[in-house]
Amino acid sequence: MNVIETVRIGLQGIAANKLRSGLTMLGILIGVASVIVLMAIGNGASVAVTASIESLGTNTLTVRHGTFSGDRDSTRTQFKDLTVDDAVALVDPILAPDVVSATPVVTAATTCTFEGSSYSTSVTGTWPSYFDASNSPIGTGTPLTADDVLNSRRSIVLGQTVIGELFGDVDPLEKTVTCGGVPFTVVGTIEEKGSSGFLDADDVAVAPLSTVQSKLTGYGSLDSILVQASSSETSTAAESEVTSILDQRHGTTSEANRDYQVLNQAALISTVQDTIGIFTVLLGAVAAISLLVGGIGITNIMLVTVTERTREIGIRKAIGARKSAIMTQFLIEAMVLSVIGGGIGVLLALLATRITIADVTPVIVPSSVIGAFVVSVSIGLFFGSYPANRAASLRPIEALRHE
Amino acid sequence: MTPVIDLQGITKVYGSGDTEVRALDGIDLSIARGDYVAIMGASGSGKSTLMNIVGALDASTEGHYALDGISIDDLDESALSIVRNRKIGFIFQSFNLIPRTSALSNVELPLVYRGVRRKERRERAIAALASVGLADRMHHMPNELSGGQQQRVAVARALVAEPSLLLADEPTGNLDSRSTGDVLDLMGELHDQGRTIVMITHEDDVAAHAGRVVTLVDGRISEDQRNSA
Ligand SMILES: Nc1ncnc2c1ncn2[C@@H]1O[C@H](COP(=O)(O)OP(=O)(O)OP(=O)(O)O)[C@@H](O)[C@H]1O
Ligand SMILES: [Mg+2]
Repeated sequence: MNVIETVRIGLQGIAANKLRSGLTMLGILIGVASVIVLMAIGNGASVAVTASIESLGTNTLTVRHGTFSGDRDSTRTQFKDLTVDDAVALVDPILAPDVVSATPVVTAATTCTFEGSSYSTSVTGTWPSYFDASNSPIGTGTPLTADDVLNSRRSIVLGQTVIGELFGDVDPLEKTVTCGGVPFTVVGTIEEKGSSGFLDADDVAVAPLSTVQSKLTGYGSLDSILVQASSSETSTAAESEVTSILDQRHGTTSEANRDYQVLNQAALISTVQDTIGIFTVLLGAVAAISLLVGGIGITNIMLVTVTERTREIGIRKAIGARKSAIMTQFLIEAMVLSVIGGGIGVLLALLATRITIADVTPVIVPSSVIGAFVVSVSIGLFFGSYPANRAASLRPIEALRHE
Repeated sequence: MTPVIDLQGITKVYGSGDTEVRALDGIDLSIARGDYVAIMGASGSGKSTLMNIVGALDASTEGHYALDGISIDDLDESALSIVRNRKIGFIFQSFNLIPRTSALSNVELPLVYRGVRRKERRERAIAALASVGLADRMHHMPNELSGGQQQRVAVARALVAEPSLLLADEPTGNLDSRSTGDVLDLMGELHDQGRTIVMITHEDDVAAHAGRVVTLVDGRISEDQRNSA
């Protein structure tokens, strides 16, 4: 009595009850497929959001002017501006060893026009270090230079969205674009960064800080300072260095009356990933339950099968089937059901995850495929072994007397 | 020569206390190789109980049983299944073929459990089916065969493994007279080939085919005589 024979007998048992076997497989199939698909969706969401945050640079801190906390300290009288001097003060090898650069940023919401077309965007006034700090590599042309800033030149570097809206297929280099009534010469373009849902990283127009301040925004507070930490690991250290320098300069006495805010990209990414991770686990748990239900389905079917086939078991025993042969026969039936069900489930999941659902491109978690498959086979073994053992332990005469 | 069946003081008690039933009560029986024995008796006299013990499907409460010189009393379940597979061929009143499984596969099954290789198994199963006159029905399912044909498939299955002993519990009980004739002719042929056969029956004319008739009354042997054939 070899393994192949036992497998063959098991397969015959399945073939003899096609509908029932099919329904059992369906249970496992849905369980396995939903585990893989739901995990892939969760993972895909995480990948997409992380990528969109990373496109801003993972080692950057953004110091924003003002505070977003609702209960601002009413005793605070002064609300100091964020200044270029603040930015300069942040680059200090002794007080802030983890800060590589600090770039002042002002933004002006304007409408830019080129020949017939116009597009509403915001013009960013900043220093040349902006491109590096914001992770915006230059595609064609040149970035802004220190010269541009010193001489308040009307140079501008455009992102791909703005180029698309204003120029279409025309090469924008050396063309003159008018933003807020001020003519700028396009000196460079920023490589496409790709937008993902909530934030279009390509909708930018970058000009020298001095030009934007003199022509568009005036010389008020900076909107923000882009601080580059030496690496994403040191960004948290850099954050506290920046905070202590600015607290001193702004005379901040408590967190409540701080007149600026530091946004840490690395911290943001890990927070977002944690949040999505929780949802992924939640989705996975729901899917795991359906896998379990599929397993109980197998037990149920196997129990029914055993009861219905008690007489058959008796006959097999009477003609010399050993306990192990009966046991393997029923186990193999359960295993085959779960392997085929699980296999089709994996295939379906692989197909389903090619579809983009609600702006999220599912990204398969390899361990979920292996895990779901292994679990489905184990479920077959585990839930099949009870009925199989029950069948195999029947005394032949009892089994034969069964009606 | 050792007898095929050697029963000593076999007792079978079902239940206990008030509901106790002594189905067999001290059976001593010895059956020689090549014998053809009919077991008769009223309903409830213990014929099937005896047959189940002889077939190693059930254990006796008391007594000793040796099959082909092997003591069955202290074998475990796994050893018993080997004994059933190699030494015994069963024929039941209700045929007991495995449903939704072709005649050929049914006949092959004892050889499958014995571990005979596929090709040889197939040849022997086909030969066995041919010997019961069903070579043309080997791919039929049991529910596509008449009662007589099903019982002939069962006979083929019982003899395919060439057991020392054929046990038949009312093999003709569910058959009409023509099929009964077919099955009895088969048994006669097998006996002529030297097989040992034990057959339970209610009918005198069926018992008349046997060489020896043992009659049970209330779990005891009341008569044991040879037919003058
Ligand atoms: N599993 C059982 N539990 C309890 N009592 C049983 C069981 N099987 C048989 N008996 C009893 O044992 C006695 C003998 O039964 P057995 O089946 O051997 O009779 P039988 O001679 O084969 O009868 P029949 O000709 O009707 O088939 C009967 O009284 C029966 O009620
Ligand atoms: Mg009976």
